Amino acid sequence: MDTGYNYAYLDEQTKRMIRRAILKAVAIPGYQVPFAGREMPLPYGWGTGGIQLTAAVIGPDDTLKVIDQGADDTTNAVSIRRFFARTAAVATTEKTTEATVIQTRHRIPETPLREGQMLIYQVPIPEPLRWMEPRETETRKMHALQEYGVMHVKLYEDIAHYGRIATSYNYPVLVNGRYVMAPSPIPKFDNPKMDRMPALQLFGAGREKRIYAVPPYTRVESLDFDDHPFEVQTWDGACALCGATDSYLDEVVTDDAGGRMFVCSDSDYCGDRRAAGHVGDQGATAADYVRVTEAGQ
Amino acid sequence: MYVAVKGGEAAIDNAHRLLAEERRGNPDVPELTVAQIREQMALAVDRVMTEGSLYDRDLAALAIKQAHGDLVEAIFLIRAYRTTLPRLAVSEPIDTNAMHVRRRISATYKDLPGGQVLGPTFDYTHRLLDFALAAEGTADNTGPAPAEAPVERCARVTDLLNDEGLIQGEGDPGGPVGDITRAPVTYPCDRDVRLQTLARADEGWLLALGYSTQRGYANNHPFAGEIRMGEVSVEIVPEDLGFAVCIGEITVTECEMINQFKGSKTAPPQFTRGYGLTFGFGERKAMSMALVDRALRGGDLGEDVVAPAQDQEFVLSHGDNVEASGFVQHLKLPHYVDFQGELVTVRALRAKAEETR
Repeated sequence: MDTGYNYAYLDEQTKRMIRRAILKAVAIPGYQVPFAGREMPLPYGWGTGGIQLTAAVIGPDDTLKVIDQGADDTTNAVSIRRFFARTAAVATTEKTTEATVIQTRHRIPETPLREGQMLIYQVPIPEPLRWMEPRETETRKMHALQEYGVMHVKLYEDIAHYGRIATSYNYPVLVNGRYVMAPSPIPKFDNPKMDRMPALQLFGAGREKRIYAVPPYTRVESLDFDDHPFEVQTWDGACALCGATDSYLDEVVTDDAGGRMFVCSDSDYCGDRRAAGHVGDQGATAADYVRVTEAGQ
Repeated sequence: MYVAVKGGEAAIDNAHRLLAEERRGNPDVPELTVAQIREQMALAVDRVMTEGSLYDRDLAALAIKQAHGDLVEAIFLIRAYRTTLPRLAVSEPIDTNAMHVRRRISATYKDLPGGQVLGPTFDYTHRLLDFALAAEGTADNTGPAPAEAPVERCARVTDLLNDEGLIQGEGDPGGPVGDITRAPVTYPCDRDVRLQTLARADEGWLLALGYSTQRGYANNHPFAGEIRMGEVSVEIVPEDLGFAVCIGEITVTECEMINQFKGSKTAPPQFTRGYGLTFGFGERKAMSMALVDRALRGGDLGEDVVAPAQDQEFVLSHGDNVEASGFVQHLKLPHYVDFQGELVTVRALRAKAEETR
């Protein structure tokens, strides 16, 4: 283990400060708790909020999974996983089911999470009202007074202009019937997974210095209208590798002539399906599928 | 068959190796030493210390070397190091009246106690490339600078005005001073927090905002009341001693701007102040900071807040170059999940538009 720094990089005082903020966030679901975010050795905007949360909750018995865009092998996910393998000597995994702590950017794993797991979101802009009102002095009041009319007006204007709500990611949700919350830039496809999730969901915005949370089994509703109910993205095709039709698909451009294919964004989910013998129309067989390295090895 | 891009770990390791090679440059050219950077790129060191918020010339020089001379990257390195340091003590306020002044100028009085001391300044240099410098190893032909005793304890211009009651008093608002590295900023915030934020803010950001106030966006007719640069002692009061002891000396640049003010409903006509302070010799930043500090006091003085430089949230939340650089550059990270969501939406919207055409 790398020495010279405290376990999991942050000093214990800082961890305590963050844990206090987490407790407050859990007690007031969806409320953005200001915290004295520290400068991390990774750049702002690259997951410093999530990293601080993970550093504050992780222990030697934990197993950590880090994903970016649903995949374990994207460079920033690799970098963050390595950071904790180095500073916290923690076991890492790519298996959603084996992880106790999952740090994520932009996705919720396809495999349903269970009690005892923690899902830690990296959040760029924690304020869902920011695009309508850039001033925090104002948005704080709006949250306090539950004055969310502007958000509904925005969604309504979408319908008036385009015939549908045009927000496809970071789709606003109402938590526990009280606070409107930014789910971080996950696709709206993932929003329903947040509702009454058995795992604890923590959100960390390092640059903006805010922590918020959705405790297990808490109601999370995506904002909508009776005559324009919330709906998620769908694809005509299936994953070209594993044939899944129920997962979020990434579009991959395969040649200069505009050829493209769709594959699961959740690399662990896709791999498991292939290992179980599912094959898509360009699918690999189970024998072809080799899970990439466990971090730290 | 499609093969997903794997091997992020190897790619990252290779990137680090390439970076190290780029940093070193041509190995036939002797390697820069940290001491050379510390001594010969002193103004870069000063900027990194100021915006990195850590007074340590050697570490700042090391950061500049490690960052290939990219000062914002060097500032980031220093900040990430600084945040891990324990807080052993809080110093007493530095006394710039007692500064060993190496430079001190005032634009408001032709002469004044302590005099005008030009010191080491670019101000009256002609910006002609000095090709003699390119021939390394040749001694400078101007000879040694005249030995000039530093000026000790000279009166401040703003104090002279204050004696006449012509300038807004500063006073000590009392209470502990805020610290944005230990408590999140909430808006609106008081001047202590504003000044700390400005002191750490990007020089270019403050320069542009200060400049905007001179061009009519929150014009407040500034005069450079006084700029001084020199050494001050840093003192702490150890708990078991109960009196102040000096723990070292630092170089700082201080600027006090004096601004016209015609008075408002809440304040009488008087001169008002803007304050700037940097580590080392950072005159451009100290002046810019003073302009922006004054602009941000508009609200307290009952002025209409109409210009960007007067807007606390706008000025303070966008001035940190470590934050800004990180967030701007995070756009390099993959966003293909979000982008796919947008593709699905745009295709659906276009399909609908086609239908109705």
